[in-house]
Amino acid sequence: MKARVTVTLKNGVLDPQGKAIEGALKSLGVVGVAGVRQGKVFDIEVEGDDRGKAEAALKQAAEKLLANLVVENYRVDIV
Amino acid sequence: MKSAIILFPGSNREGDVFRALRQASGREPAIVWHADTDLPSGTDLVVLPGGFSYGDYLRCGAIAGRANIMDAVRAHAARGGLTLGICNGFQILCESGLLPGVLMRNRDLRFVCKMQRLKVERADTAFTRAYGSGQIVKVAIAHGEGNYTADDETLRRIEGEGRVAFRYCDAAGQVGGAANPNGSMNDIAGIYSDKLNVLGLMPHPENLIDPLVGGIDGTGMFASLAAA
Repeated sequence: MKARVTVTLKNGVLDPQGKAIEGALKSLGVVGVAGVRQGKVFDIEVEGDDRGKAEAALKQAAEKLLANLVVENYRVDIV
Repeated sequence: MKSAIILFPGSNREGDVFRALRQASGREPAIVWHADTDLPSGTDLVVLPGGFSYGDYLRCGAIAGRANIMDAVRAHAARGGLTLGICNGFQILCESGLLPGVLMRNRDLRFVCKMQRLKVERADTAFTRAYGSGQIVKVAIAHGEGNYTADDETLRRIEGEGRVAFRYCDAAGQVGGAANPNGSMNDIAGIYSDKLNVLGLMPHPENLIDPLVGGIDGTGMFASLAAA
């Protein structure tokens, strides 16, 4: 089973990297970009085909390691 | 004082800490591998040195913060044992939950490597007794992710409980403004745990222990620890 965990910064947390990317897009002449927030994507291959078990394992993975819940949120998608 | 330095893959300041502790205490610290599960018996002080543990993969200190040895470090800290995290060691302490908050990418996105003045916020802890309260000290900084960030409630609690150890200042002792090298909230360079036995700081006092390299303001911390 394939899954994707997406980790993003919480609202209100300053994101200097996102700001720099936003600035670079503007200097490249890409118009219409109002703001950029950068994050991380983890593509994970899960053993077995029990969706509930997979969701529990991925939640544990995200909360124990993949995201720092002080400043980040995460989302689990099983694809 | 019996001390132990934890070595992670990618640590690179363990030799500097080793010298500083040996100079201050006259005893050689133990070097403990991250995959070990126990500290040497009778360890009084654990130091997490600077460097780039696990290549800063995922987030700085994230993987090291979950290493085997960290359970022993957590137990040591819970017993009131002295624990010091410098630079990457501070990031590891935050990631492991031993200190609140997180070290984010520097405000200006640059790795900052220079001499930096700090204000010693309090001189009544095991780490700072050899300093004076409000003393301005010169130490080195070298980091890309030192921008201390915490939510409002955590920040209020840290400030209210007197847990800020050091703040960034200029040579005249003026805190913050252009003297803040990385955008840290409240110009925080280091914080204590609630019982003041765990200290994490971004600057490197272990690099300022010899006049040959530009100053000895770092000796105060190791002298304090040796006398603790």
